[in-house]
Amino acid sequence: MRDIINGFIQAIELIFRADPTLYQIVVRSLALSGVSLFISALIGIPLGAWIGFKKFAGRGLVTVILYTGMGLPPVVVGLIVYLMLSRTGPFGNLGWLFTLKAMIVAQVIISFPLVAGFTMAAVMGLDPQLSQQIRALGATPWQTALTMLREARTGVIVSVVAGFGAIISEVGSVMMVGGNIAGRTRVLTTAIVLETQKGNFDLAMALGIILLGLTFIANTLILWMQEGRFVRK
Amino acid sequence: MSESEILYSLRHVTKAYDRRTVVNIPALDIQRGEILALVGPSGAGKSTLLRLLNFLEPPTSGQIALDDFTLSGTPPPLDITRRVTTVFQRPILLNRSVMENVAYGLHLRGQRRVQSVVMAELARVGLSALAHAHARSLSGGEQQRVALARALAIRPTVLLLDEPTANLDPGNVALIEDIIRGVNREQGVTIVLVTHNVFQARRLAHRTAVMLDGNIIEIGDTDTLFTTPTDPRTGAFLRGEMVY
Repeated sequence: MRDIINGFIQAIELIFRADPTLYQIVVRSLALSGVSLFISALIGIPLGAWIGFKKFAGRGLVTVILYTGMGLPPVVVGLIVYLMLSRTGPFGNLGWLFTLKAMIVAQVIISFPLVAGFTMAAVMGLDPQLSQQIRALGATPWQTALTMLREARTGVIVSVVAGFGAIISEVGSVMMVGGNIAGRTRVLTTAIVLETQKGNFDLAMALGIILLGLTFIANTLILWMQEGRFVRK
Repeated sequence: MSESEILYSLRHVTKAYDRRTVVNIPALDIQRGEILALVGPSGAGKSTLLRLLNFLEPPTSGQIALDDFTLSGTPPPLDITRRVTTVFQRPILLNRSVMENVAYGLHLRGQRRVQSVVMAELARVGLSALAHAHARSLSGGEQQRVALARALAIRPTVLLLDEPTANLDPGNVALIEDIIRGVNREQGVTIVLVTHNVFQARRLAHRTAVMLDGNIIEIGDTDTLFTTPTDPRTGAFLRGEMVY
């Protein structure tokens, strides 16, 4: 209990002290998760919408694969990405291992199935006659898809929240492919692991509280979007 | 019927799902500016025919012509499909305000200054006071009137109505029937009305077609068809007897 209280106090101190190392880690964490989430949404939302809209042979199999992807263990993703990007791996010549690029690749693999899966479920939950009504009003296929996505926006935003939640708190894969290098690939989660291993529980707790705070703020912003403060209802 | 009076021309049109033919129409002409009622028991193919007329589905075989355009294989161009719209039995409104729903079809067409058109259509259906309300907070009858206003806002050449007053109270039925008569008379909108209610067909339609098992078994002037039907199944259906 004392560690938690001390962690709170230290977290406040760290924030107000404007510690440059801490700010660097916070900015890197947000940038990493932001870029990963952006790429995941760019792939996941259209993919999920397409699977949700289209009736095609093998859709059941694709859905099962997607649902399996939603539960991918991050360490397994980290291991696969590590092997792919290691010097002897098929993409070793890129030189991405132990860089932010490798961490982005791993996080995208973890979060895009979540974004796609929840988007697909949201689209499939719409009124089956909605698409027909939209087309009957003169919508092109693109306009139909966009309107359907807008109608499913609550579910689509939930998909983004789920994707964000999965990567901002993720440590296994980023540790493996990023290496937790100070000043280069260290992010909040890997810093927490490091400080815990060093026995600096106060600092680890403080970083944890900052991570929770950031997640809370990010989710609040997303919730505002869902309630239409940014997106018109 | 002269050539210029014919708006739709269907020839040897069939529609089948899994080899089961649900529509089979050797020939049907729909006149410009008429109200044509399609009546018949459930499963007769009435709603499927409406979807074919709205180009929402292609026919399995045959030709559908709307004015100069003939549908044969390739999807119809946008300027053709946008001349036709459908109001379905259950109003399917977007999760937006009443105004935004009515403006939707106009926005699809790239129109931005739509306020006056939207308000005029809302006035027509008696919902001006609810313009800013959320569409899904309205009653069933009000929602159907919003759906009708949304369809009329795009100034369609053809309005397809699929049981538009089913499950509505008599007040809303009368209001919607008045609107249907009005747009047909004043704007010359061609209307194809699917209804189970033969009395409604008699009140509204210039011509009535009776469908059974995907076929039009009889079509003609509404009054004549009701008073002197030539097909015994038509007579039975109009008397409310079971028809198979």
